[in-house]
Amino acid sequence: MIASGPQGMAAKALSPEIAELVSYGDDNLVLAQRLGEWISNAPELEIDIALGNIALDHLGVARALYTYAGEVEGEGRTEDDFAMRRTEREFRNVLLVEQPNGDFAHTIVRQFFFDVYSQILWSGLADGDDNTGAGIAGRAVKEAAYHFEFSSSWLIRLGDGTEESHRRAQAAVDALWRFTAEIASDEWLARVSSVFETAGLAIPDDPYQRVGGRDGYHTEHLGFLLAEMQWMDRAYPGLEW
Amino acid sequence: MTYDVPVAPGEKAELEERVEGSSEGWPMWEVFVRARRGISHVHIGSLHAPDARTALQNARDVYTRRGEGVSVWVVPSSEVSAFEPEAAAEYVDANEKVYRLATTYEIPEEVGQM
Amino acid sequence: MAPPARFQEIIDSESKIEPSDWMPEGYRKTLIRQIAQHAHSEVIGMQPEGNWITRAPSLHRKAILMAKVQDEAGHGLYLYSAAETLGVKRNDLQELLHQGKHKYSSIFNYPTLSWADMGTIGWLVDGAAITNQVMLTRCSYGPYSRAMVRICKEESFHQRQGYELLIRLCQGSEEQKAMAQDAIDRWWWPSLMMFGPNDSDSPHTEQSMAWKIKRVTNDDLRQQFVDMTVPQADYLGLRIPDPDLKWNEERGHYDFGPIDWEEFWRVVRGSGPMNRDRVEHKKRAWDEGTWVREAASAHAAKQQRRAA
Repeated sequence: MIASGPQGMAAKALSPEIAELVSYGDDNLVLAQRLGEWISNAPELEIDIALGNIALDHLGVARALYTYAGEVEGEGRTEDDFAMRRTEREFRNVLLVEQPNGDFAHTIVRQFFFDVYSQILWSGLADGDDNTGAGIAGRAVKEAAYHFEFSSSWLIRLGDGTEESHRRAQAAVDALWRFTAEIASDEWLARVSSVFETAGLAIPDDPYQRVGGRDGYHTEHLGFLLAEMQWMDRAYPGLEW
Repeated sequence: MTYDVPVAPGEKAELEERVEGSSEGWPMWEVFVRARRGISHVHIGSLHAPDARTALQNARDVYTRRGEGVSVWVVPSSEVSAFEPEAAAEYVDANEKVYRLATTYEIPEEVGQM
Repeated sequence: MAPPARFQEIIDSESKIEPSDWMPEGYRKTLIRQIAQHAHSEVIGMQPEGNWITRAPSLHRKAILMAKVQDEAGHGLYLYSAAETLGVKRNDLQELLHQGKHKYSSIFNYPTLSWADMGTIGWLVDGAAITNQVMLTRCSYGPYSRAMVRICKEESFHQRQGYELLIRLCQGSEEQKAMAQDAIDRWWWPSLMMFGPNDSDSPHTEQSMAWKIKRVTNDDLRQQFVDMTVPQADYLGLRIPDPDLKWNEERGHYDFGPIDWEEFWRVVRGSGPMNRDRVEHKKRAWDEGTWVREAASAHAAKQQRRAA
């Protein structure tokens, strides 16, 4: 499939290996961008700082993956070529991460679902034969462990805390569950269920699931996220910053 | 730049510090960080948190952003005991027992390092 | 020794006053007011820069900006902690900010209109802040002085990244240079105003100097800042928007033009371009977070009951 890229460059099909690196990079970048929207909006200063740390970790993983993808591809593409110069249809992130922040419960549930996925994903890749890839995975799996500590403990606080927080946490689970098929596995479900039990939250019985992010079929939210993120690069093409 | 609050000509400096309608908030915790293995935890600052687990998470996020430590302790500020301020200076003052200090003793140079 | 004499002795000997020491009520209140204003400035200061996090032109710049704005939350937190050692509550101070009874540095009432503003704020605004904060590391109140030491270490990253960002622009395309010049044109005078009214109009300076809360006067710090900044602007090839700016051989300092104090007081009193937005933003975030803070407290209480 040939789609015209922002710089008039034809978007070309990626090899499966590069596509995989880029899709994980997209997950991390899009989530970092969402978390970046929280800064100065968090419920407490301490939470502002925590969300900033998590955003920076995801951004760091995205940059490492894009850079590596560019090296493997061998055509001189940089991290910013991947981040700033691809269209909505070329992004390969899972649908979950592009969902808007919503209230704090939505952000925590989104983070929690993704953290469980990341832990499983990266611990599988950290022992791989590919040294650079394993290096990135090794760092990401450590970071994901702390993100999980943060998001799972907050999910428990919200699920168990007050009537209002319980209601909001369950509403967030109900709203985001339909985006979990792209990241779920048996192990994922077991870990999620165990935290849900402590938090007093229920898995929705609605079987409806949306998929397609990995093939570039997104929800409408991604376009606006990219429009904002890529605006400078598109307004001033080819400049160094 | 100055952080003293500018007082416009003809206006009076307000020194208000209490306020209606604010909530109690999360309690305060003192944070101690061990910079690296082999040295003690040192008081590095404080923060607010509802419980110990959150306080640890907050301490990690607030006080170790630049690799400042390998281990973190948190203690509720209300659990820290000290002498009464008036007594403290007298109880904990540097006293006259200079004979406790190694530098008090002169060792001949030819003996070497001791 | 009587407590007031002991207090004076500590001040005179350049030692530090600690929270449990006796201190004059005026000293305590002056510190609370100043540390609170300082903390509010850090926290409100997150907004004009946070405004560009989602639009940073490269991932490298995005990471730097995110880390910097996050640092400012940390600085606010350290400062509120220092104020709390004087017997006030952080929530009370924040509430006073929300109610408009407390102020923050007026510079943050100006909008950030281009990417070059991120560099200019780092260079000029953080540069001005560092000039002041380096002085405050020698402040007589221990917790404030310690907070300043920590903050100064982190601020130097802030100023340097800002200047480096501007070097990039100034060595870049015509558009980028114009963007940088426009930013300095807008931020120069507000930056000079940040040092506060002239010494002749600062009735409290004398007392603050005697207590060693403040170590250098507003005008002296402002002069120090101008002297330091002009060569840096020259290196960038940027023009400082002041026709009266010139080196005075006799004084050994730069002379500069008159500051528009009417503009300064207008913004202090609430009529700057962004005053309302800044406070409303902060208050909205706080109000929307109430249920979260309450949930965490409720969970903590339940856990304690379960353990009992």
